[in-house]
Amino acid sequence: MATNVSFNLNGKQVDANHDETIWQVAKRENIDIPHLCFNDANGYRADGNCRVCMVDIEGERTLAPSCCRYPSNKMVINTDSKRAVSARNMVMELLGTDLNGKRLNNSNFANIASSMHSKPSRFPKSPRTNSDMTHPAIRMEHNACIHCNLCIRACREVQVNDVIGLSSRGHNEYITFDFDDPLAESTCVACGECIQACPTNALSNATNNNTDADKTTRSVCPYCGVGCQVNIHTKDNKILSVDGAKGPANDSRLCVKGRFGFDYITSTQRLTEPLIRLPNIMKGINIDPANPLTHFRKASWEEALNVATKGFLACKESNGTSSLAGFGSAKCSNEEAYLFQKLIRTGFGNNNVDHCTRLCHASSVAALMQTIGSGAVTAPFTTVKDSDVIIVIGANPSENHPVAASFFKQAAKNGCELIIMDPRAQALKNHASHMLQFTPGTDVALLNAIMHVIVDEKLYDESYIQSHTTGFEQQAEHLKQFSPEQMQSICGIAADVIKTIARKYAQAKSAIIFWGMGISQHTHGTDNARCLISLALMCGHIGKPGSGLHPLRGQNNVQGASDAGLIPMFFPDYKKTDDLKARTFFEQLWSCELQSEPGLTVVEIIDAIHNQTIKSMYIMGENPAMSDPNLNHARDALAKLEHLVVQDIFLTETAMFADVVLPAAAWPEKNGTVTNTNRQVQRGRAAVKAPGNAKADWEIIQRIANRLELNWSYTDLKDVYAEMQLAMPSLSNINWNRLNNEHAVTYPCSSPDKPGQEIVFADGFPTANSRGQFVPANFTPPNDMLDEQYPFILTTGRQLEHWHTGSITRRSHVLDTLEPEAFVQLNSNDAKRLDIKAGELAKITSRRGTIKLKVRLDDNIQQNLVFIPFAFVESAANILTSAALDPDGKIPEFKYSTVSIEKA
Amino acid sequence: MAQNNKINVRPGSKKKRKGRSFNKGRQLDPVAQADIQTLLEGKPRQKNLLIEYLHLIQDKWSYISASHLMALANELKLSQSEVYEVATFYHHFDVIKENQKPPPPLTVRICDSLSCNMAGSDELLKELSLHIKNDVRVLPAPCMGLCNKAPAAAVGKNYSGNVTVSSLLTSIKDKAIKPLPTNHQTYEQYVDDGGYQTLQALYNNKLKANDVLDRIEESGLKGLGGAGFPTASKLRIVRDQTSPKYLCVNADEGEPGTFKDRYYLSNKPHQILEGILIAAHVVSASKIYIYLRDEYTAIYELLTLEIQGLVERQLINKGYLTLRRGAGAYICGEESAMIESIEGKRGIPRHRPPYVSERGLFDRPTLIQNVETLYWLPSILKKGAQWFKQQGKNGADGPRSFSLSGRVNNPGVIVAPAGSSAEELIQLAGGMIEGHTFKAYLPGGASGGILPTSLSHLPLDFGSLTDYGCFVGSHAVIILSEQDNIKDTAFNLLNFFNNESCGQCTPCRIGCEKASQLIAKEHWNKPLLNELASVMTDASICGLGQAAPNPILSAIKYFEDEV
Repeated sequence: MATNVSFNLNGKQVDANHDETIWQVAKRENIDIPHLCFNDANGYRADGNCRVCMVDIEGERTLAPSCCRYPSNKMVINTDSKRAVSARNMVMELLGTDLNGKRLNNSNFANIASSMHSKPSRFPKSPRTNSDMTHPAIRMEHNACIHCNLCIRACREVQVNDVIGLSSRGHNEYITFDFDDPLAESTCVACGECIQACPTNALSNATNNNTDADKTTRSVCPYCGVGCQVNIHTKDNKILSVDGAKGPANDSRLCVKGRFGFDYITSTQRLTEPLIRLPNIMKGINIDPANPLTHFRKASWEEALNVATKGFLACKESNGTSSLAGFGSAKCSNEEAYLFQKLIRTGFGNNNVDHCTRLCHASSVAALMQTIGSGAVTAPFTTVKDSDVIIVIGANPSENHPVAASFFKQAAKNGCELIIMDPRAQALKNHASHMLQFTPGTDVALLNAIMHVIVDEKLYDESYIQSHTTGFEQQAEHLKQFSPEQMQSICGIAADVIKTIARKYAQAKSAIIFWGMGISQHTHGTDNARCLISLALMCGHIGKPGSGLHPLRGQNNVQGASDAGLIPMFFPDYKKTDDLKARTFFEQLWSCELQSEPGLTVVEIIDAIHNQTIKSMYIMGENPAMSDPNLNHARDALAKLEHLVVQDIFLTETAMFADVVLPAAAWPEKNGTVTNTNRQVQRGRAAVKAPGNAKADWEIIQRIANRLELNWSYTDLKDVYAEMQLAMPSLSNINWNRLNNEHAVTYPCSSPDKPGQEIVFADGFPTANSRGQFVPANFTPPNDMLDEQYPFILTTGRQLEHWHTGSITRRSHVLDTLEPEAFVQLNSNDAKRLDIKAGELAKITSRRGTIKLKVRLDDNIQQNLVFIPFAFVESAANILTSAALDPDGKIPEFKYSTVSIEKA
Repeated sequence: MAQNNKINVRPGSKKKRKGRSFNKGRQLDPVAQADIQTLLEGKPRQKNLLIEYLHLIQDKWSYISASHLMALANELKLSQSEVYEVATFYHHFDVIKENQKPPPPLTVRICDSLSCNMAGSDELLKELSLHIKNDVRVLPAPCMGLCNKAPAAAVGKNYSGNVTVSSLLTSIKDKAIKPLPTNHQTYEQYVDDGGYQTLQALYNNKLKANDVLDRIEESGLKGLGGAGFPTASKLRIVRDQTSPKYLCVNADEGEPGTFKDRYYLSNKPHQILEGILIAAHVVSASKIYIYLRDEYTAIYELLTLEIQGLVERQLINKGYLTLRRGAGAYICGEESAMIESIEGKRGIPRHRPPYVSERGLFDRPTLIQNVETLYWLPSILKKGAQWFKQQGKNGADGPRSFSLSGRVNNPGVIVAPAGSSAEELIQLAGGMIEGHTFKAYLPGGASGGILPTSLSHLPLDFGSLTDYGCFVGSHAVIILSEQDNIKDTAFNLLNFFNNESCGQCTPCRIGCEKASQLIAKEHWNKPLLNELASVMTDASICGLGQAAPNPILSAIKYFEDEV
């Protein structure tokens, strides 16, 4: 500690850093100063308004708030002078006068009042009575509010959602949402940070009744790739509430799903017994998931597993090894992903194993592997604190990676330029310096034009290009045809804007690019990603703080599942199946022969079922009957399978096609590790027991494996993880015990006692020549054609409240209450033209199918473009989407289908 | 079980619930958006201009509708919460939500601060309310700086003194709602009188900044906003800071009883402008803001014109000197609250340290000076430091502008030696009004406490009343007579503080409220009031909360029989 201040604290000479407040030094010295409006957590600025932490500084006319006052040399500070103590007592008495004591139970305020032995107030009372109970997750009761504004700092400075304010003035002031609107009608995104910050329970969780928890379990959120750590509070094997733990990716923050979306595990629709399909019932989306017994009968584990395995063996026997395939899940743990792919490769005897990474970042990974030799991010998103420029392209992080978005917004608040490029405008635009709403599908034109400017104006980093890349000359030559003047009419962004963006990015000291599915889910998705990589390479924006390439990963464990080999062309750690050395290594490790031929990908497997090649499948925690493109085609395939085993926590749409359904434990009921978008391997822990006879996925996989005579004998996840460490050099120095103690460790990690390397590739890339490769990309139009019959472009995606295919979020009370219905986002001018009003039903038709759903007017979406979230089975967006694939990533073009719209 | 022909495959709850037809929250209304875009045509979309633009809306429509407010937020890329909390903080904005009825187009404000209250503002308000129709709204309002012409009132932007029910009704009927024109010294008159020569000397380097500072130091000039900080020291501190830095002129004169800045601004604006430009030059300010209280409508018009004149005469560059309107908030006279307000936020005082001279407006070093302080600069530099210094007495330096109001014959600005006593001031103001016997006086507006006749000989200067629990502040002296009740006086003052507290810190927000409630009672709980007062003084963030209990303490100390 660099000491530069020495002062007297309660009679003792103490040393302090110049940036330590009196309160912090006192805490270090074990002097307890009460505090209400101060939250000793990262990101919370001390505000000094409550005046309950006042201390006495000799020679000063008034007392000083210890939370925001810095000591200086020779100061004499007394924290418990009569004056200070009486001020603190009076402040508590004033605050307590009009508060509702009952509401305060278990609050910080109540604890502090009791530790200060606060007496009942002697002042006349004039309590506020109003409250806001409109929201399913958060309630506000003004009679417990002390105006400390922690909720405002939570909402505006930590999560940067800008909903809560303090309106009016003086004794009339009060907490408001937007324009003093009911919370449920406000722009609140229900991240719940305000509840976590509130010291009095004025803002509280509407879903629980203040019951005391008997256990708190530290784990990881089950939803997105951000990987927020959570504290799960339970009582009697039931989750009461969840709040943010101090993980490296979330710094105690959560979003609405992480905080309020945990009750799906207690849904009455949970699968608790193995099910076997009744004979001769047509397969289809035709079962009420609340009542599977119309189509299935209950079975014992013994029977179900036998039927499941016998089916696989019979298929193998009569159709050969290549007639089987498996889909694993990015929602399961690393250990489960590893075991699943091992089962497919060693038990089924082929490489036909894939998962939803194929539908999200397969093209990004393909491009990254080709150019810089590594498919993961080069820097965590938290590095934005050091960025001058942030580009977010083809991503909507405030909906899909809300906690990551909070870091972007904070960076923007601190002066960093945030540049958003997306056909849809989004909430982040209010924090952005530039919002480029380009024409859908023209990413390559726009990005090449930006690079054209950088080359043309010689804004690139010559020395970086010289020392760390190859192929710049060809790239520069290729870019000549992409001048902004020529590209502007294609991409819809004016040439001078393109030039501005090019200059800003190139001239930044440190700049980082984030991208999402808007880049990857195209038939030219790999080209899109190649452009972003080239852009970063030519400006040298990789390998230093605040810089890098960061594909925002979707699922909580899509990074880990991919690393663990849940992909058809790679063994664990991206070792190619047709690489002899790698294959030999795994054959030795797993003591069996392995196929060299890469397996089929998700969409290829569906096609292979139609072609009668694949006849039997094992699907764990994946829902292709909702997530695949061209659903009619995909569902027909599932119905066509001779034998389908689905392992899940609910009777998902996919499980409706199953012959055997195996009930699995949900994430909060399981142990294991997951790896987030930042390459942080994190420890998940079971907070509650699984219901009924449901079992952890890894146990089920092992039972099936052993019925396939694989003779596995893992007694604990620890054993699985230990084997993974042998198989995956990326996990070196990150052993199970370390994860237990530290909760999270970033890979790669050079030593068992050092933190992992957050920012990689400062000195070169893991490619043959250690250099990054420029790969020029041509502009190719999207696959689906716009014409008179289909004049609108459809793009699909997730939304804040619903996860992916909705199978868990639609069973969460808060989330499903907030977004109960399918909708299509439509520009108001288009709506006017089509004579459809907000809230009316529209019929949307593509070359592949038709759905009907409600119209939501939203001018964030440009004309001729519509957006539909794909979480709703009643109006499944993927009935409309096209299964055309990117040639390299094999990812379907979810972000561009052409449709017609009419009033239904 | 019923046979389903149509099976409900929807997961989760089967309860039919309706989703939203729009994005979350209030929607932008295209008509309101067009209104606001027209209103702001050619104007910069800077967040710090929020209050200026709220004024434009309020002026045009006489209220601020939610849809206009939303459109403004959209233009300035601010969130709804940010604009709403600012718009509702200031008393001169009427935010009207979708389900609320807009106020009548004309508002009449009746001053209810002490001097006007003593002149019968309560009855005036009551009686006027009986006479008006639905198209006019009558509101009580805090001090308008017309205490020498009590009672004062505003009909629209027409602020005038010595009003009666019939004069107000006439103004309403005649739509006399514009500011009354001023009869001020013009640029030419000021130049003929030798004005702007000092500034030119400074600009031409014939006069050095250091010489200016030495002379100001020698003169003993102190900050006349109320704090009395030596002006030369303040200028030196800011001069030594790195650029960019700012000068903010505090023309938010709001302390009840104070009207000296109004007096100088409406009579000799150019002397003030020269003083401002001298100070800005001395500290190398890159930009100047004059923060003028919204009640001084006539001065706003005159300053707008005169500043424009300076630009046209190429004395200053366009944009160098900016005039900003307050919006009805006493707290914005507190220097750091004023900075927040200039930045377009709620006027909430900042913690010190850091001091505004080091980190002020837009987090840059900032010099803040009161109008009168700057007014004296050209005279001091022209006539000499000693000319100024020797005008004081009883150990105090220089002349002072006392705002005298209450029960005297000739209330007004009285320029008298610093260190003059209340007794002397009453004499200078023509003595007590007939029928009134001198009983007590407020030496420093609402904040400075109350002193009895027995202490009317005390010299009035910064620090001279500390031992008596009082201070002179902005030198607003209000004279009370035997007809004035101390309890009512204290109640009036506490009500003022209770209405004007920004609400930021507990001791002031709740303290003012509870103190008002306690002293409204027949019998005062003096031990509790004393206890509360000491905590308000010790633990409030700014001077408002620290001084708010002064009237109570004085009442208990000097008028024990009455309370």
